[in-house]
Amino acid sequence: MAYDKFSNIVSPAVPLPIENVDTDQIIPARFLKAVERKGFGDNLFRDWRYDKSNQPIADFALNNPTYSGKILVGGKNFGSGSSREHAAWAIYDYGFRVVVSSFFADIFKGNSLNNGLLPVQVSPVFLEKIFAAIDADPKAEFEVDLPSQTFTIKATGESEEFDINPYKKHCLQNGLDDIDYLVSLKDQIAAFEH
Amino acid sequence: MEAKTLFDKIWDAHVVKQVEGGPNVLYIDRHFIHEVTSPVAFLGLKSRGLKVFRPDQTTATPDHNVPTINQNMSIKDELSRNQVEMLKKNCEENGIVHHGLGTDGHGVVHIIGPEMGLTQPGMTIVCGDSHTSTHGAFGAIAFGIGTSEVEMVLASQCIMQPKPKKMRITVNGELGKGVTAKDIALYIISKISTSGGTGHFIEYAGSAITGLSMEGRMTLCNLSIESGARGGMIAPDETTINYVKGRQFAPKGEAWDKTVAYWETLKSDEGAKFDTEYSFDAADIEPMITYGTNPGMGLGVSQTIPTGEELTGTDKATFMKSLKYMNFNPGDAMKGKKVDYVFLGSCTNGRIEDFRAFADFVKGKQKADDVIVWLVPGSKAVEKQIIAEGLDKIFEAAGMSLRQPGCSACLAMNDDKIPEGKYAVSTSNRNFEGRQGPGARTLLASPLTAAAAAVTGVITDPREFL
Ligand code: SF4
Repeated sequence: MAYDKFSNIVSPAVPLPIENVDTDQIIPARFLKAVERKGFGDNLFRDWRYDKSNQPIADFALNNPTYSGKILVGGKNFGSGSSREHAAWAIYDYGFRVVVSSFFADIFKGNSLNNGLLPVQVSPVFLEKIFAAIDADPKAEFEVDLPSQTFTIKATGESEEFDINPYKKHCLQNGLDDIDYLVSLKDQIAAFEH
Repeated sequence: MEAKTLFDKIWDAHVVKQVEGGPNVLYIDRHFIHEVTSPVAFLGLKSRGLKVFRPDQTTATPDHNVPTINQNMSIKDELSRNQVEMLKKNCEENGIVHHGLGTDGHGVVHIIGPEMGLTQPGMTIVCGDSHTSTHGAFGAIAFGIGTSEVEMVLASQCIMQPKPKKMRITVNGELGKGVTAKDIALYIISKISTSGGTGHFIEYAGSAITGLSMEGRMTLCNLSIESGARGGMIAPDETTINYVKGRQFAPKGEAWDKTVAYWETLKSDEGAKFDTEYSFDAADIEPMITYGTNPGMGLGVSQTIPTGEELTGTDKATFMKSLKYMNFNPGDAMKGKKVDYVFLGSCTNGRIEDFRAFADFVKGKQKADDVIVWLVPGSKAVEKQIIAEGLDKIFEAAGMSLRQPGCSACLAMNDDKIPEGKYAVSTSNRNFEGRQGPGARTLLASPLTAAAAAVTGVITDPREFL
């Protein structure tokens, strides 16, 4: 699936200081019935965002007008649970381009990278600093620099490097996915089968 | 020669190419697909003008969305029906074998693969569902993938994967009475946490593991993902070989002997290195139950909920949020808590052995009056076997009835939803908020512990009846 090339981001962030945010919370199963990849952002965190009568729950971060931006900051073990790629689609569709946590579940991380969403894993200490910066000023800006693989808290100038597989970095920067590449290997794959 | 783990042996034999500074191009032997995570992949394939590369290595069945009653009738929910029909159509257009609703081959994708002998030792197996780890019970590398990866496999029979780290979990000793594979799994996750396995592939070893039946091994490997691991596996042995032998897609004749000789080489070499090792004593494991909103929040059924006193910061907030959702208090005893629903089924515990255990327990007893019991076989084959063995009669006599195969209340995409605020003792695999329906409260347990709740109406230690 094509997605936009990843370019550097300077943006405020939306805080979600909860651990083990699982993919059932990110996008509940009842919204997985579509056969196309669009519109999932409306149901992102559906059951945390809306009450039974579909009214926005005021104290949930996404409904709080003080918070905005392209960066979502979650607690540790973000994206655990189901392999549903809809979770990455929903976050991307909502408008986020970066998710920050001190720890990501494997499948979620892979799904994000395949869909132009950058998972930035920082140290637990640095994660606390990010939450503190948002607490101090909800409009505080952060910079995500993919070429240098750094995440910076603009207010304090503190930054931390993050890891990304060089191949995946190349894909993200160029908006490429793996399928064209794999299809180009067909002869080699056929030879491998014998 | 360098000592290799079981995982290394299979992985290395499937690497088509190593990308510079990137992941491996990994060849996939078997691909299972279902209606929820495949439509967008087929759409992508079509828009690129591609056909499925190896349709004969792909098997399809609709399971997540299907009703578990009146399967002969058209599916009422339009969106669900559309997904189920789309799967059939995509399979027809691409020459993929499709086991539709009501047919003999229908069932939860992780149940039918092993039943048909499609799942075999030494294979690489993927499916757009995290519990693909189930198939690792046969000594295969099996793991869940996202829809983009489903499209990759459809297009090329390969995916791009970095090689995970290796973990070995050894459980030695004898299991106590009433303690099952499900309890081993919930025990391990409660010890290593839901992120303890992240980045790893697990090999389970030790006498308590090799003593398990194939059904038990599947339950254990199924839950590997709940510890955060990509998958779990168990080296094939006589139990494995006897299970596969004679199944529809198992090798036959001379090919069988040759294949078995290969399977016998599939074990970790003496001295092979694991990145992480754990070992547990089977005697320490009780029948388990979960009290919170992730599978790591589990304890012995006779124990009390932790007080959480030592927790601080987000840890404390997360713990309290979870208990609030469950409407439990720190320090509460689990035993005696009221139960509204009991669900037997899913790819974790929807196999014949699970129904036998449940039937054995409820035989001659009555369902508690205000408990609703859903008995959902994992496949048509399991349903037929239940009837052939007369287990359905035992259920009926106890005041319970059998439904038709599907994922059902495991993720509640169909009508089998636990109502808001109600407590369900469930043999499935996830107790996340809302997993079994908005506001539903899930307590994960084994079929035995579920059976004990079904007849008493409260959380009960099944050992009291054994
Ligand atoms: S039974 Fe549950 S876990 Fe298993 S495949 Fe179905 S939805 Fe997934």
